[in-house]
Amino acid sequence: MKKMWSWRVKGFSMLVEAKALWTLIILAAIALLVVCVSVGVGDMYIAPQDVLKVFLGWGNAYHTLVVETLRLPRVLIALLSGAGLAVSGAILQAVIRNPLASPDLIGITGGATVAAVAVLTFFSDGATSLVVPLYWVPLAAFGGAMVVALLMYLLSLQQGITPFRLILLGIGFYTAMQAFTNLVILLGPEIRAVQSKTWITGSVYGSNWEQVMIILPWMAIFLPLIFFFARHLNVQQLGDQVATGLGGSVHRDRVLFLFLSTALTGASVAFAGGISFVGLLAPHAARKLVGSSYGALLPASALLGSIYVMLADLLGRTLYAAHEIPAGVFTAVIGAPYFIYLLIQSRNRT
Amino acid sequence: MKELAYSPGWKWTGLIGGVLLVGLLMVVSVSVGIMRIPFDVVIDSFTNFNGSNQHLIIQTTRVPRTLIAVMTGGSLAIAGAMMQALTRNPLASPATLGVNAGASLFIVIGVSFWGMTGISSLVSLGFVGAAIASFAVYFLGSAGRGGLTPIKLTLAGSAIWALFSSLTQGLLIMNEKGLEELLFWLTGSVEGRSLELAMPVFPFMVAGFILAFLLSRAVNILMMGDDVAVGLGVKTGFIKLMGSVVIVLLAGGAVAVAGPIVFVGLVVPHMVRWAVGTDHRWVFPYCLVYGAAMLLVADISGRLIMNQQEIPVGVMTALIGTPFFIYLAMRNGGERA
Repeated sequence: MKKMWSWRVKGFSMLVEAKALWTLIILAAIALLVVCVSVGVGDMYIAPQDVLKVFLGWGNAYHTLVVETLRLPRVLIALLSGAGLAVSGAILQAVIRNPLASPDLIGITGGATVAAVAVLTFFSDGATSLVVPLYWVPLAAFGGAMVVALLMYLLSLQQGITPFRLILLGIGFYTAMQAFTNLVILLGPEIRAVQSKTWITGSVYGSNWEQVMIILPWMAIFLPLIFFFARHLNVQQLGDQVATGLGGSVHRDRVLFLFLSTALTGASVAFAGGISFVGLLAPHAARKLVGSSYGALLPASALLGSIYVMLADLLGRTLYAAHEIPAGVFTAVIGAPYFIYLLIQSRNRT
Repeated sequence: MKELAYSPGWKWTGLIGGVLLVGLLMVVSVSVGIMRIPFDVVIDSFTNFNGSNQHLIIQTTRVPRTLIAVMTGGSLAIAGAMMQALTRNPLASPATLGVNAGASLFIVIGVSFWGMTGISSLVSLGFVGAAIASFAVYFLGSAGRGGLTPIKLTLAGSAIWALFSSLTQGLLIMNEKGLEELLFWLTGSVEGRSLELAMPVFPFMVAGFILAFLLSRAVNILMMGDDVAVGLGVKTGFIKLMGSVVIVLLAGGAVAVAGPIVFVGLVVPHMVRWAVGTDHRWVFPYCLVYGAAMLLVADISGRLIMNQQEIPVGVMTALIGTPFFIYLAMRNGGERA
């Protein structure tokens, strides 16, 4: 029998394996290390221990300026959006009971992309700034993601979502959304084209504190909310019949989870863009590390997702120092082969 | 399922009707646009060209885009039909199986790394990309114990597609200068391409058409399954190889000329099979004719919907094709999962 830590109060319970707890602590340490390295590397190198000093308030003024105003927002956006996408993918995989589900593959990211690009294009003064408040972007992205999620849900009401149909619908929605996005870009001013293309691939370039402050509340509200519901996710994994038998209100929970997952995707995509394969890869890797009980799986996915996106961003801006390669390119380069590996592995299940 | 046109007479009628329809659409396509040109002026520009604005527009932009639309539409539809036959997967098409993405990636690599601009080198890159993507998707789709299954093929297609299109985006962003001109191309469009640029591709497409027609009997037999086909004396390996050559010629050529245009290769073969059944001796010619017709319709409506702003044909086909694709997914998904 594995050693388990359980924690129960009224209306809440959590079961975490002792070994998984250690894994989580190690992952958190790695994430912190990546944050320090990632903040330190750039045109001006700052050693990780100096970065740590800045965080603790002991750094010299020059380091503090570079870290706090220039580099930290970008790393934080990478961290938050990575965590959001990973948790969103973990939820979808439980609800749809398909290991291949992730927000980008089923077209939800595409919906968010259209809406966000539309706001960026139509509500700008043609130069650099938006004419509407910045928090419209995540709201629009959330709305776009919600529309696609709702359509998916309506289409699956009749016969239920089989994995194959889900992937097919995802491809269909993705293609349609791509067409819409291209249309929006073509209709808008030309100087937006480059910006929009960068955004679609997924990049955390040019993040600032204002963006961090907008995305932070979403994550601060929704991530804990999902941890709170983790036990219902465990039940969802078992299938409709078992879940109903265990006394869960399966249908209501599923709608709730789809909503939460969409909210997280919308917020993550709003500033970081369509970073692909994070929502697929992070939960899988997390499952390998801590098992499939959602109490430990969700935090592990969140940490892995953050690490993944931060590393992709770090690679993107250091590999060819003169150019910025969007983080989304690296997540895809690592993610697509892994997806193919999963595909070959899953031959017995599909 | 009973097809719509069941007797040879009806089938010929449908085919000839399709040819007439394409002819009519070509005339409309030449005369309609931001500047409307009456039909007699169109005729005039061929018989006695006088160098006026209208004549210039017809000869340098309208006629090339019309011809390119016809060739590309036909190519994509036949490539789609061939893919669906070879993989026995009703959802196969150049776009969903990543062939478009492969061709795009290689063309963008050529432009941004080697500064290629000549259409002939771009076309050969398109072919190479299409071939590599098809091979990769086919290989991955048949890896593992279960052999080639529709779901694995589709998933492999979307994985390859995601990988290649991310790389394409990354390259485009690294060289911003090229982005502006390539963006329109990457959406899929038949506008703004001169006939001299497209001409070198046409022979490849025609070769693809002829090869497809020659293969049609063998493809019919192949549809019954590999075992039956071998029993009936068909060299399945050879036929599949030749079929792949057709796909690469047609899909690669179409992408090289017009950029990635989605859903024509998916939707048209389905409509054609609904009309004339699964005999590929009829399916391929019908695909040629009605694929051309669909692309012309998409192109013409893209010009008419908004004033002063053309919607690229790739966007139009996506908007027309998506509902159909979703319908197919809903109908077929249940049986195959």
